[in-house]
Amino acid sequence: MELFSNLALGFGVALSPLTLFLAVVGCFLGTIIGALPGLGPSNGVAILIPITFSLGLDATAALVLLTSVYYGAMYGGRISSILLNIPGDEPAMMTTLDGYPMAKNGRAGDALVISGVASFVGALLATLALALVAPYLARIAYKFGPAEYFALYALAFATLGGMASNNQAKAALASFIGLGIALIGLDNNSGFTRFTGGNLHLSDGVDFLVAIVGLFAVSEVFVFIETHGKSSAVGVKLGKVTVPWKDLWETRWTMLRSSAVGFIAGVLPGAGASLGSFMTYMMEKGIAGENGGFGSGAIKGVAAPEAGNNAAAGGALVPMLTLGVPGSGTTAVLLAVLMTLNITPGPTLFSDRPDVVWGLIASLLIANFVLLAMNVPMVKVFVKILMVPPAVLLPAVTMISFVGIYSLSGSYFDLVLMIAFGVMGYAFRKMDIPTVPVILGILLGYQMENNLRHAMTLSGGEWTYLFSSPIAAVLWIAAFLGFFAPVFLRRYLKKPQLIED
Amino acid sequence: MKTDRIFGVVVILVALTFIVSAYNLPAGNVFDKLGPKAFPIIVGVGMILSAAMLVFKPDTEPDWPAIPTLLALALATVVLVGYAYALKPLGFLVPTAIAAAVLSYQISPKPMPAVLTGLGLSVGLFVIFKFALGLSLFALPRGLMG
Repeated sequence: MELFSNLALGFGVALSPLTLFLAVVGCFLGTIIGALPGLGPSNGVAILIPITFSLGLDATAALVLLTSVYYGAMYGGRISSILLNIPGDEPAMMTTLDGYPMAKNGRAGDALVISGVASFVGALLATLALALVAPYLARIAYKFGPAEYFALYALAFATLGGMASNNQAKAALASFIGLGIALIGLDNNSGFTRFTGGNLHLSDGVDFLVAIVGLFAVSEVFVFIETHGKSSAVGVKLGKVTVPWKDLWETRWTMLRSSAVGFIAGVLPGAGASLGSFMTYMMEKGIAGENGGFGSGAIKGVAAPEAGNNAAAGGALVPMLTLGVPGSGTTAVLLAVLMTLNITPGPTLFSDRPDVVWGLIASLLIANFVLLAMNVPMVKVFVKILMVPPAVLLPAVTMISFVGIYSLSGSYFDLVLMIAFGVMGYAFRKMDIPTVPVILGILLGYQMENNLRHAMTLSGGEWTYLFSSPIAAVLWIAAFLGFFAPVFLRRYLKKPQLIED
Repeated sequence: MKTDRIFGVVVILVALTFIVSAYNLPAGNVFDKLGPKAFPIIVGVGMILSAAMLVFKPDTEPDWPAIPTLLALALATVVLVGYAYALKPLGFLVPTAIAAAVLSYQISPKPMPAVLTGLGLSVGLFVIFKFALGLSLFALPRGLMG
């Protein structure tokens, strides 16, 4: 079977000592990044990108390192959810609902083990599903012409914007601002420089890494200065960690169901891991009914969102790799990695660079076992790391961001631009304007314009061409629904707030 | 209310200059039907429409921090910009120690831990970047290194 020969190729790449080493390092760093409140998968990967590039790693190695960090962060996010009642990252929010009550009842160790195993099940199944589904989607993607790609980008903005914000106008505005920033600089087709205001530094355009690190990492410092890094002392005692076999067996169907739902949520463009954990939690809560004890420390309430968000993390890689359209903030960051490495994700990636795709998938399979080992028997190590106070952590993140960007470009201008993006990220967060669409706009703006121009040149300027093929029409309808449906569903899909002590 | 309105108006003004600037670009030709001006105009119009929504239907006012905190944030920004410009001429160690200490003090206002954080991060990160990761950094001003 083709799959096995592909996986054999992948393991050939993944089992080289360097790749294996990077996967382990990535898992370790990722779990730390996920566990620390204030650092999540998107900003964690963001600050590591420039450093990875200055190390001169090749494409496969860099991708393996950074996706291991991504997977690791998805595992690690649960640690602070359970012990501190502070989600280590956004998708781990649902885990606080039952994880923290469990910890308060003296079952912190059990909660960590169950959620760790659930993460493993979700991530492993999703990685296998990725290996099965992605090649098929890549084949469909060959049928995509410029009109379809343009519609696909519109869909990504629409669903991401629809899900990410409480106010559709703000999500749309964020997307347009991102696209506008992407247009700054030299236009490759015509050779004209656009919107630089005569500034020479801007003629190369705004580097998306500068924007990503600024919006995701530097802005975090401002947030912590404002809140003075409200206490993050470990609130509950963690005793001896044992494996609660009975509970694991009891939650087996929950884990499997949640993995499937989470994976599908992840594949949908714009939905991502947060939706995965939300949907699976709500689903299991519904199945368990009134007597399920959800919200007061139900084991299924810990297993479901963790299997869900880790499966969604794997699912989100499917559209990113096959279509070049990220499904979430973190996959947008990973797309930036690929683009900086001069790898164009999309169907051709599977035929031209099978070593990258299958090496990555094989590494992720290995990474899952490494992560299971780190997150269950060794979980106490990471609990210690939670003691790092924000007053040390956030300055460190800032300094790493500066050195990373500086070592990449060596320009003051980029550093100042990064600070400006940091201020913008802070202000946008205050105003409830989502920043992920801005990143998406900066990343996809060039492709989106190119596909539009190409489509118009092909059709001789006929606008209806954009909607003429069935695939494009379906994508446009999906985009429309994805953007406006949340307005009506919002009443029913209200996210539960953090429980107070 | 007020913030959204002001921001909306600012975005509209920026978008208008964006569109005007796009109008001065050449039109398309047979090989590139739209040319470099069409997409920017679409984006500019999109900005204006969504910003207008903000002006007409603003959300409730975000809870901006009080004046002292805003000043602290402004100070942090100034420190970061200063750090950006100091990194090359003054070497890594001294600017990093100062900037990290200031940020640390701003997050948790205790002088001694902040100073220790600054020193620790400066030396620790330098060792990691320079020797473990092999980035080219200069510890001290290059003039002093001879």
